[in-house]
Amino acid sequence: MRAEPAQYRLVSPGNLQGALSLLASEPTQWLPIAGGTDVMVLYSAGKLPNRKLVDIWNIPELRQIEVFPDRIRIGAGCTYTALRQHESVSREFPLLATAASWTGGIANQNRGTLGGNIANASPAADSLPVLLVYDAELTLVSVRGERRVSYRTFHTGYKQTVLSGDELILNISLPRGFSGYLAHARKVGARNAQAISKVCLAALGQISHGVIRDVRLALGSVAPVPLRLNETENMLTGKQIDPLLIDAAKKSAVKEIRPIDDIRSTARYRSAVASNLVADFLAKLTAEGAST
Amino acid sequence: MNPSSAEDTKRQISFTVNGKAKKLLVHPMERLLDVLRNDLGLTGVKEGCGEGECGSCSVLLDGMLVNSCLVPVAQVNGASIVTIEGMAAHALMKPLQESFLECGGAQCGICTPGMILAAVHLLEKKPAPALTDIREGLAGNLCRCTGYMHIFEAVANAARRRATQ
Repeated sequence: MRAEPAQYRLVSPGNLQGALSLLASEPTQWLPIAGGTDVMVLYSAGKLPNRKLVDIWNIPELRQIEVFPDRIRIGAGCTYTALRQHESVSREFPLLATAASWTGGIANQNRGTLGGNIANASPAADSLPVLLVYDAELTLVSVRGERRVSYRTFHTGYKQTVLSGDELILNISLPRGFSGYLAHARKVGARNAQAISKVCLAALGQISHGVIRDVRLALGSVAPVPLRLNETENMLTGKQIDPLLIDAAKKSAVKEIRPIDDIRSTARYRSAVASNLVADFLAKLTAEGAST
Repeated sequence: MNPSSAEDTKRQISFTVNGKAKKLLVHPMERLLDVLRNDLGLTGVKEGCGEGECGSCSVLLDGMLVNSCLVPVAQVNGASIVTIEGMAAHALMKPLQESFLECGGAQCGICTPGMILAAVHLLEKKPAPALTDIREGLAGNLCRCTGYMHIFEAVANAARRRATQ
């Protein structure tokens, strides 16, 4: 059933303090809305649980991208378009620019935000495995102050996060220094444009003399949360790369994921594709190692 | 808040639509799409899916292509909006209209306003787009008639026409 606009409140404080005060006044009652690409879909379908919304679109503190010597700090309200257009993001964090280009069409990229994607916490979101391999750190903010959390600990279950009812994601911090890594991302969906992933992979790897120095693998749509493949990474690190090792990595990846059957795919298909994507990346890393 | 007194939740907002200043008393969560169509009579803005997948409700919001079904009207307070009705005098309109006609880029017409606005948004940034640019620029706009190839041709043709004008 369609939503009745008169039954909803939307307040636009226009600044961070105003938004945080509203959130703190009745924790969990106020739903933040930025570009609306997730919230408005639920709203229109009459499925939005909240009746009170606080507008955080165009809060200046949420829209900045700052480059520091050791890290880049991205305001949670930055759109996919802003990420794609930012020179340092494209050059140093190509996986993030790529995932941004996969997220919806241009109109949704002009409105959808990275912070919104994180808070919405869909395990199928393409930018979230990317944040995992870059070791992102989030700054959460409320009237009580700021706190930093490793992105690896942010999602606690399907659509569950550590974000409190009075908190906003303020920014996303990525450490710099990935220029020596092979960066690889791959999405498998029903079609290229706009489709939500059946499986997506973000990967970073460093190889010298055929030995894997560092490898980071994260998958979307294969578990209740975006998943970093810790055990597979540990198994690969320090090893000479060869077909046997790649085969072992495929088996390990299948063991680590927890895919389900849903409207977009099956658990069986997802397991097959996830392990093939990992193998694909390792083959690319092998070729990279042979040429350096 | 007491939702039973609906009028209390209305707010006055001001924005510009197709160059004209508008002041309206609206519920903040009304969709921009509905305000444009129902309050302002701009029915060139179409509703297809109502969930940001099809692009038929595309408008330019401060020069940016957006799906108006996903924009609560309170967020356009102070903004400038252009719908297909406001494009008549735009320099790209003549080449786009002629090219859509010649190449068979429009059939039933529901997607056409969105396709044209997405094409304008693309051509303003990339006057000489490659086919991949056109495909990407229009990826958020669905068409169930043409199979897309005629639309891509029309946009490429319009870009060439514009360059030689």
